[in-house]
Amino acid sequence: MNPTTTALRAGWSRGAIELRQSLTNTGDLFNHFFWPVLMLATLFFMRDVSFGQSGLLLGTFVLPSILGMNASMAMIMMSQLLTADREDGTLLRAKAIPNGMLTYLTGRIISVSGGLLVDLAIFLVPALFIISGLAVGSPGSWLTLLWVLALGLAATLPLGAVLGSLFTSSRGQGLLTLPILGMIAISGIFYPITSLPDWLQVVAQVFPIYWLGLGMRSALLPDGAMSVEIGDSWRHLETVGVLGAWAVLGLVVAPIILRRMARREAGSKLAERREKALQRVG
Amino acid sequence: MTTTENVVLDVDGLRMRYGTTDVLHDVTFQVRQGELVALLGPNGAGKTTAIEILEGFRMRSAGGVEVLGVDPAHGTEQWRARVGVVLQSWRDHGKWRVRELLAHLGSCYAGYSTESITRPWDADELVAAVGLTAQADKRIMTLSGGQRRRLDVAVGIVGRPEVLFLDEPTAGFDPQARHEFHDLVRSLVRQGATTILLTTHDLHEAEKLADRIMILDGGRIVADGTAGELAERIAGEDEVRWMRDGQRYTRSTTDSTKLAFELFTRYGQSISGLEIRRSSLEDTYLSLVREAEEAHR
Repeated sequence: MNPTTTALRAGWSRGAIELRQSLTNTGDLFNHFFWPVLMLATLFFMRDVSFGQSGLLLGTFVLPSILGMNASMAMIMMSQLLTADREDGTLLRAKAIPNGMLTYLTGRIISVSGGLLVDLAIFLVPALFIISGLAVGSPGSWLTLLWVLALGLAATLPLGAVLGSLFTSSRGQGLLTLPILGMIAISGIFYPITSLPDWLQVVAQVFPIYWLGLGMRSALLPDGAMSVEIGDSWRHLETVGVLGAWAVLGLVVAPIILRRMARREAGSKLAERREKALQRVG
Repeated sequence: MTTTENVVLDVDGLRMRYGTTDVLHDVTFQVRQGELVALLGPNGAGKTTAIEILEGFRMRSAGGVEVLGVDPAHGTEQWRARVGVVLQSWRDHGKWRVRELLAHLGSCYAGYSTESITRPWDADELVAAVGLTAQADKRIMTLSGGQRRRLDVAVGIVGRPEVLFLDEPTAGFDPQARHEFHDLVRSLVRQGATTILLTTHDLHEAEKLADRIMILDGGRIVADGTAGELAERIAGEDEVRWMRDGQRYTRSTTDSTKLAFELFTRYGQSISGLEIRRSSLEDTYLSLVREAEEAHR
């Protein structure tokens, strides 16, 4: 067998094992349920609120938007896991093994995407019973949902890996929270983006969160709902363009940054970080 | 050197500089196939830096380094598969189970077998070889320190490496765990083709385990030989005591055997209570380190 195939195969089983681990221990399960359940509660209270002249209910608008937002959170997950894996020595171990980094990354992509699908299902399945007015009857809706999700992951996972390589400690990761919350606030997740000032709309459209939300709305909302979107359109072409551009950028930059990070990883670095972390705990 | 055929580690004029400080100056040594060599030195001597350069985890400033005939700075995945590294562990893969992790990491070595070496080591056999059969299905985070270290060794050898690097393998061990660990390493060497380089600041560990000891101090190899050879190199330190005519004598000499012979030739049976205290390796080590520090400061 060729070495790359061996590594990819090992990475696949690594991802499957890690996914199983995260679905069979209490701490991780709590994390899987926490946000989806919180979002479901929010959705429950929003379900009858109407807005604008479109006749669309806010809950109906928000459901697919949350789906898009959650999908983009794969970026954060990837980034946090990478930092944690560097801190505890998992990455260094990968480095000591033939094609270990490729195996490791494949595993992480599998486990993060798999975990995300679980999270989305935990949210979406009950949400479908709470919210009415969705266009979920046609296979086309689900097809759109799938390609938006796939493209979204391609755009966000490599970015997450880059962020994870840049932060050397879990504490540094905390710095990410604020800008992410800000980005969510301006990305038209909980309210249509068209009600924001023009310049904020421009800023929001640079980042993947808006496009993932829009893509998900295009999949699950009836076409009448387009009237609250920019240009009264689902703008699929632009969605593919922006998410695709992020994906290309991520896939070009991530290997460079990851390689640089991996090259610097050594036992003594790990020992230094361990000292620091123990001081923090003790 | 008469033959370079079975030289596994070849280090020639290795230098490492951080900023303006030299951590390693002109380190030169060779290790042959099947040897178990200890790199001994006080803390801060440069042991970890040296071993990390050999492992390919750190770039050197100057000098030639070859591990299995390859420069570790440009080691391929093929080369990586022939090298085993036992890292200082912390808490990685805590959720994994022992056998599960070994089987997974082992699968990365599939396809790197050679005519004489089948890779990887079967996970069940390996678990048994490191004495973790009872823990095979336990989560790694539940292992004790000694068990965790055995697992680290297992991870290091799962690809049946031709050369194995162990950095401070028994740091923080209790005597029992240390003893078990020594047995494990010795059994590895007995089994054949593995060459081992380990770093330690524990002299007794080096003496017990290694075929050969290299003492690294202040970034230089200040001595290189078997425990016996090192003890001999610092001559003149044996202490000889004897009694003659009810009087007690003590003398230090480079050649205690000769002194004893002379005593008996001269005084015959009037000599009694003869005692020869060979200089211990510890004395040797301390005086070597002291000498080295005086020479370079």
